[in-house]
Amino acid sequence: MNVDFVVLLAIQVLYAIASLALISVGLAVIFGMMRVINLAHGEFLMLGGYAAIVATSHGVSIWVAMLVVAPLVVGIIGVIVERTIIRFLYGRMIDTMLATWGLSLFLVGLTTAIFGNTTVGISAPLGSFEIGAYRISGYTFFVILVAVVVLAGIYLVMRGTRLGLLARGTMQNANMAAALGVNPPRVYAITFGVGAALSGLAGAVLAPVSGVFPTIGVAYVAKSFITVIGGGAAILSGTVSASALFGTINQIATFATTPVFGEVALLAAAIVLIRLLPQGITGRFFRRGL
Amino acid sequence: MNDRAVTFIGLALVGIVGVAFLILTPRFAELDVVLELTVYVIMAILALSLALVWGYGGILCFGQSAFFGLGAYTYAIAMFNIGESTGPLLLAIALPAAFAALLGYFMFYGRISDVYLGVITLTVTLILFNSVNSTAGPEFHIGVARLGGFNGIPGIPPLNIPGNKAAPVDLEGMFYLATASLLATYFGLRLLLASRFGRVIVGIRENERRAELLGYDPRAYKLATFTIGGALAGFAGCLFANWGAFVSPTIFGLAQSAQIIIWVIVGGRGTLIGPIVGCIGIQWLTTALGANQPSGTGWLTNLLANAPFILGMILVAFVLLVPKGLVPTLAELGHWLLRLRARREAPGLKPKQAKEV
Repeated sequence: MNVDFVVLLAIQVLYAIASLALISVGLAVIFGMMRVINLAHGEFLMLGGYAAIVATSHGVSIWVAMLVVAPLVVGIIGVIVERTIIRFLYGRMIDTMLATWGLSLFLVGLTTAIFGNTTVGISAPLGSFEIGAYRISGYTFFVILVAVVVLAGIYLVMRGTRLGLLARGTMQNANMAAALGVNPPRVYAITFGVGAALSGLAGAVLAPVSGVFPTIGVAYVAKSFITVIGGGAAILSGTVSASALFGTINQIATFATTPVFGEVALLAAAIVLIRLLPQGITGRFFRRGL
Repeated sequence: MNDRAVTFIGLALVGIVGVAFLILTPRFAELDVVLELTVYVIMAILALSLALVWGYGGILCFGQSAFFGLGAYTYAIAMFNIGESTGPLLLAIALPAAFAALLGYFMFYGRISDVYLGVITLTVTLILFNSVNSTAGPEFHIGVARLGGFNGIPGIPPLNIPGNKAAPVDLEGMFYLATASLLATYFGLRLLLASRFGRVIVGIRENERRAELLGYDPRAYKLATFTIGGALAGFAGCLFANWGAFVSPTIFGLAQSAQIIIWVIVGGRGTLIGPIVGCIGIQWLTTALGANQPSGTGWLTNLLANAPFILGMILVAFVLLVPKGLVPTLAELGHWLLRLRARREAPGLKPKQAKEV
């Protein structure tokens, strides 16, 4: 084992952590703030991918398509979903789970009917460069960068802006917030929309890596769920710590065996973690985190 | 009419309709219809397994298809290795039950809450799906049976009359077997639920803390319920592997899990007949919408033939509009009509007398 290989492995692990954090963060916002388990999360990611691909095929620059169009489109869809389905089900956690599962099937069916059951892709921008004997794509670094920016952005919005303050207040005590003049339904709708937009962004950013097809959500949803639940109640520190743990396990198992086994190792590790720490990592550690 | 009489009439009705269905169908229906009905009936057994676990036990299991698939795969693999079906059949029940017991021990004794339970069972299903899906190479085999990965295992030998390899069960026999099994499962579960055990698990569903304070151990009862559910699902899986002589990893898939949940939701949680009705109704609907359409028709027919689309809409609609499911809602409607009639007859006012205790 030489130095190049270690560097490569480190980058790959970092990439696995970043992509896990990216696909989970939208769900973490929705689950952590609103206690809504959104089983259509994977489909939001899928829609983000399609939005980016359709936009690029209409001549929009790929960067604009990924970073602006996809979050915007999926965010709007999120608000519509919140207004038509989710808002009737607050406080009924299991019913929300079931309704969003229905929504997920519905969206899979709809996209299959529109785009067909094939994989469409866009080629990743940014070339590749060499680390010793290995070749690595520049896009890997872009994904890591996006993950860092998104997480930092959430932190700043939650800590520094009035919107973040209102959101946190409403989630802690909706009645009190309402008495102080906040409009909770609006805050809920915006929060859900933001969560959906983040999912759309993640789906679009990962689209060049994985391609997009109607059932791709299934591949995402379990991973993002166990990341969020493994992380626990705190949105940011939970997502980061759980992504770090699961991403490392996944990538090392992948290197040692096959990608499929890496996936299985990740899921198995998650089950053990939830058994040991039912409240998630932040239920035990980093409790004061955001 | 008191409640006991209603229960008795209901049971008798189910029995009569069931036996009539069992005897008459193969006499009057074409073989392809019988074949179609057989799979409906097999799936109804699967629906009953979740009706027990979720509807009565209150355990939100999103991965009932894991046990179903495990049963099907166990039967297939054991059948290729043994060749006589009694052992494989028993294994196909025992192995999923053991797996359910292990998983249940992990979850219930870890005191994992409802919602996480759903996520864990879902995750387990996905693990199984991913692992089995990737075993396409010839190096993956158990005994002489190749696992086949995403290609599945074709040509599974059918069940035979116990002890006699030379007498396999034919298609019509399969129908009789499946329907008789469904009836036996239904009445068996009714009996189970009327017993002390059944009352305790419903009590735990209603209020776990209270049941615990009364001295029952919810963990043990939930574990037992979950294991029975796993065994039933495994049995259904074994029948399913027989029916098509084929299994593939898609029976572990999310779509399959979702379907089982939808049957129970549509039919109604907390009933046994509801999930059977829901299961048969939904399967009939998806077949009717998807079958017999020329390819290349308009987008609307394409959309209607799209099972996930329809199932998704049904699920959302039922959660929002009929959250209790069809059978309990209809029963409530019936009660309400009866009461309305009773009230209309009431004006002949007689003084009410307090009942003697």
